[in-house]
This record gives sequence, structure tokens and C-alpha cells, in this order.
Amino acid sequence: MSKHIISAIQGVGHRTLEGIRRLGRATLYFLLVLWKSGTSLKRFGLVVRELYYFGVLSLIIIVVSGLFVGMVLGLQGYETLQKYGSETAVGTMVALSLVRELGPVVAALLFASSAGSAMTVEIGLMKATEQLAAMDMMAVDPVARVVAPRFWAGVISMPLLAAIFSVMGVFGGYLVAVVFIGVDDGSFWSQMQSNVDFRVDILNGFIKSCFFGIAVSAIAVFEGHDSLPTAEGVSVATTRTVVTSSLVILGLDFILTAFMFRGL
Amino acid sequence: MTSETLVEISDLNFAYDDKRAILKGVNMTMKRGQLIAIMGGSGSGKTTLLKLIGGAAKPSSGYIKVSGQIIHALGHNALYAMRRKMGKLFQFGGLFTDLSVFDNVAFQMREHTDLPESMIRDLVLMKLHAVGLRGAHHLMPAELSGGMARRVALARSIALDPMLMLFDEPFTGLDPISLSVIGSLIRRLTDDLGMTSIIVTHDVQETLSIVDYVYLISNGVIAAHGSPDEMKSSEKPFVHQFIHGEVDGPVPFHYPAQAYRQDLGLEDIFV
Ligand SMILES: Nc1ncnc2c1ncn2[C@@H]1O[C@H](COP(=O)(O)OP(=O)(O)O)[C@@H](O)[C@H]1O
Ligand SMILES: [Mg+2]
Repeated sequence: MSKHIISAIQGVGHRTLEGIRRLGRATLYFLLVLWKSGTSLKRFGLVVRELYYFGVLSLIIIVVSGLFVGMVLGLQGYETLQKYGSETAVGTMVALSLVRELGPVVAALLFASSAGSAMTVEIGLMKATEQLAAMDMMAVDPVARVVAPRFWAGVISMPLLAAIFSVMGVFGGYLVAVVFIGVDDGSFWSQMQSNVDFRVDILNGFIKSCFFGIAVSAIAVFEGHDSLPTAEGVSVATTRTVVTSSLVILGLDFILTAFMFRGL
Repeated sequence: MTSETLVEISDLNFAYDDKRAILKGVNMTMKRGQLIAIMGGSGSGKTTLLKLIGGAAKPSSGYIKVSGQIIHALGHNALYAMRRKMGKLFQFGGLFTDLSVFDNVAFQMREHTDLPESMIRDLVLMKLHAVGLRGAHHLMPAELSGGMARRVALARSIALDPMLMLFDEPFTGLDPISLSVIGSLIRRLTDDLGMTSIIVTHDVQETLSIVDYVYLISNGVIAAHGSPDEMKSSEKPFVHQFIHGEVDGPVPFHYPAQAYRQDLGLEDIFV
């Protein structure tokens, strides 16, 4: 009995140490990517290529999800606000929810599962098929040439995608509230305009999505490069990217929200 | 041909972890212009040795010198400068799957030189011509057969005319014709470009017919070395077994195990 307990405790300790070691490796890797980002600046074409690839990969899902989330917000918001006779505030509600929270968070979750996992698979397969080792033997640094451009493309596209998500969401809310239900057009927009603050709401939302972009891209490239060079290794790494990124996004969101809107 | 030493390996020891030594006290000398084979069974440490020569791993003790410089003592930039003079053909080719055959071969020229595109085009076609695939320059790696992919990888690795070429298992997974095509290509390119080439392989017949010198490694130590003729006529039991591909000999067929009877649970009955 006591043997089982001891081995259970040992197991927990072992996994904790392993987790800490992994976190350490990931942090060092992140610094390495930053250190070797010079090439990405000098040859920005490399980043643009990846930007196109990952941007296009996520665009459809971001546009469609943004539209539907906005439409649902419009419906729910109208139902609730109408009880208090303030249904014209529905525009404000939709816009604030999107710009502050849902835009950055949902776009980041979608980005992690589409572009993030693609990044992991791509780098993992390049490792498994010796492409990265071959590049290194050709005296071309794989971190500078392959990893850093993908990382920066992820970092740049995240706020753009979040912005597109929010715009589509506001449009979805407008469709439902104004076009279908018949809320007054002028008050929908004017209330939104006067109640959404550029610095507090839009800028903070933008900062959030920048953090998410850095987190998701860093996790995705690390998992890809750290994967075991087999088919199974790559598939495990891909799952890890999606799960870890999602948890990190939600955790970060709570912390950032606490700092930004409660002024902790 | 000069008889100047290009690669010198001295008392080299290496282990991936503390448990098991992979290479134990390896000594080798390779002269410029030679084509050298390192042979041995799977898992005997051949790929590891190539990694060490290319600077992708550091020895636990001993050293490898390439053209007078100790590889593991080089910093990042010096190592990269050295690697520009080396080429390596990987076991699985390692072609960039998102680039065409042409762009794969042009990769190093574009990364490391400021040559105008028109000159790169001529050079790439020349290298592809040398491996007989000039007509395939527009194809993607996925459209190539195994033998063709290997030849493209070969063209890519000689793109900058290396002084030292490393080949990791260039013959595995090829049909007999592609196999001898690759074999004679390696010999011809070594002579034409004045390179020194090291082939790691366990394909005995093809290798003995093209190389100048052979090292046979077994369990991380050099079991024998000599010219192909010396190897063929060697009386040493291990060399004989390896070269002639016999099933049993000094290298046992059975992985170490407890007595067979015991594994079958017969021990109790028969004692
Ligand atoms: N990255 C690694 N980590 C730990 N052990 C390894 C690694 N690579 C190879 N090995 C072990 O080292 C030994 C030699 O491997 P290798 O050099 O690939 O042999 P060969 O190329 O002769 O077949 C094998 O037993 C293998 O299991
Ligand atoms: Mg090998």
C-alpha cells in the first residue's frame, strides 16, 4: 500500500520536473528564435511568403466565425436589452464584447488550431525528413531561415485576423439587430461610436491579440522543432500545440483583462 | 593526386548518454582525393561518426581534424565556414519538399553567393547534367523516384564544389540499376571534382568495387581496415563473415538471451 503511494508521489514529482525542464527548454528556444530574427528583417520576403500562407489558411474560418458570433451576440443582446427598453444599446454591446474579448480570444483559438498546428506539422515534418539537418549542413541556420520567418508571420497576422474577426462580428450584429429585427439604424451606430473608446477598448484588444500571437507562434514553432522525428512524434506535437496554446490563451486573457480593465 | 591528409580522427570516443559508448577509440586517416568506405552493421555507429565529422555532435574525448582544424573546437561561424566546404548526402535525401528540383540545387548558391540569376541557372543545369537529370529541373521532389531523388540530393550537395563529401547510406532502398548508377556517379564525381569522399554503407559488393580504402567498424571499434583487395582476402573471421555475408560467425545470429528452454518454461520439467 505505502509502496503504491510512494510510487504515485514519485510519478507526480517526475512529471513536474519533466514539465519544468520542458518549460526551460521552450524559453531558451524562444530566446534563440528572437536572437536569430535578423534574417527575417533583412529578407522580409521570407516572412511575407509565410504571412500569405498562414493568413490565407485562417482567413475563411475567421471571417465566417466572426460573422456568426456577431449574429448570435446581436440576437442575445437584443433579447436581454429589450426588456429594459434599451435595445438601441445592442450595437455597443456587440462591439465591446468583440473588441475587448471575443475578437482576440476566439480568433486566437481558431488561429492556434489552423495556422498554429500547420506550423508545427510543417516544421516537424521538415525535421523528420532531415530537411532541417540538411540545411544546417549546408551552413544555413534552420532557426533563422525556417523557424523565425514563420514565427514572425504568426505574430503579425494574429492582430490582423483578430481585427477582421471583430469587424465581421459587428457586421453580423448589425445584420441581425438592424436589418432583421429592425432596431434603429442611426442609434445603433451612434451609440456604438460614443461608447467604444479607442484607447481603453480597441488598443487593449489589439495588445491582447499581440500577446496571443506571440504565445501561439512560439508554442507552435517550439513543438514542431522539439518533436520526435517520426510520424507519431509529429502528431503528438500537433495535439500539444493546440492544447497548450488554447490553455495559454485563456490564462493570458484572464491576466491581461485583470490588468487592463480592473487596473490591478 | 597528393597524399596530403584531409581528415584525421584520433582516439575518438562518443556516447549519446552515460549508459552506452557508441564509438570507442576510433582512429582514421583520410587522404585528399580518396574515396573511403566506412562499413559496419546497422547500429554500429556509422551515422554517428558522420555527424561528428560534420560537427553536428561533439566527441566525449579525442578529436576530428578536417584540413588541419579541430571540428568540435570551432565556433558557430567558423563551423559554418567549414561546412560550406563540405557536402553531405543524407540517408533519406533531405530534399526541400516545397522547392522544385532546380530551386533545391540552387539553394546554396542563392544563400551563400551573390551570383546573378543567369549564372546560377547555368551552374544548376551543369550540376543536374552531371547526375543525368537536367531534363527534370522543373519537377517537384514528390514527383521523383527514389533513385532520382537521391541523384538530385547529390547534385545539391556538390553545388558549391565541396572538398569533402559525406554519404550516409547512398545505396539503401535502390534497385540494382539505380544502385550502380549512384555508385559510379560517386566515383566519377570524386575524381572529376577532386573531392575526398566518405561513404557510410553496409552494401558490400557495390562499395568494394568503387572505393580506395575501407574501414570496418563493429560495436564502435574499428575491426579492420585496408584496401578492398586486402579486405576480400582477409583471413580475420569477422571480416570474412561481413564481406561474404555469412549468417553466423563472430557476430552471432542470436541476440543475447537467457537459455531457450527457460524462455519456453521447460526448465522445471527437464532438470
Ligand atoms: N539521437 C540519438 N540518441 C541516442 N541514441 C542514438 C541516437 N542516434 C543513434 N543512437 C544510437 O546509437 C547507435 C548507433 O547509431 P547509428 O550511428 O545511427 O548507427 P548506424 O548508422 O551504423 O546504423 C544505435 O544503437 C542507436 O540506437
Ligand atoms: Mg545510419
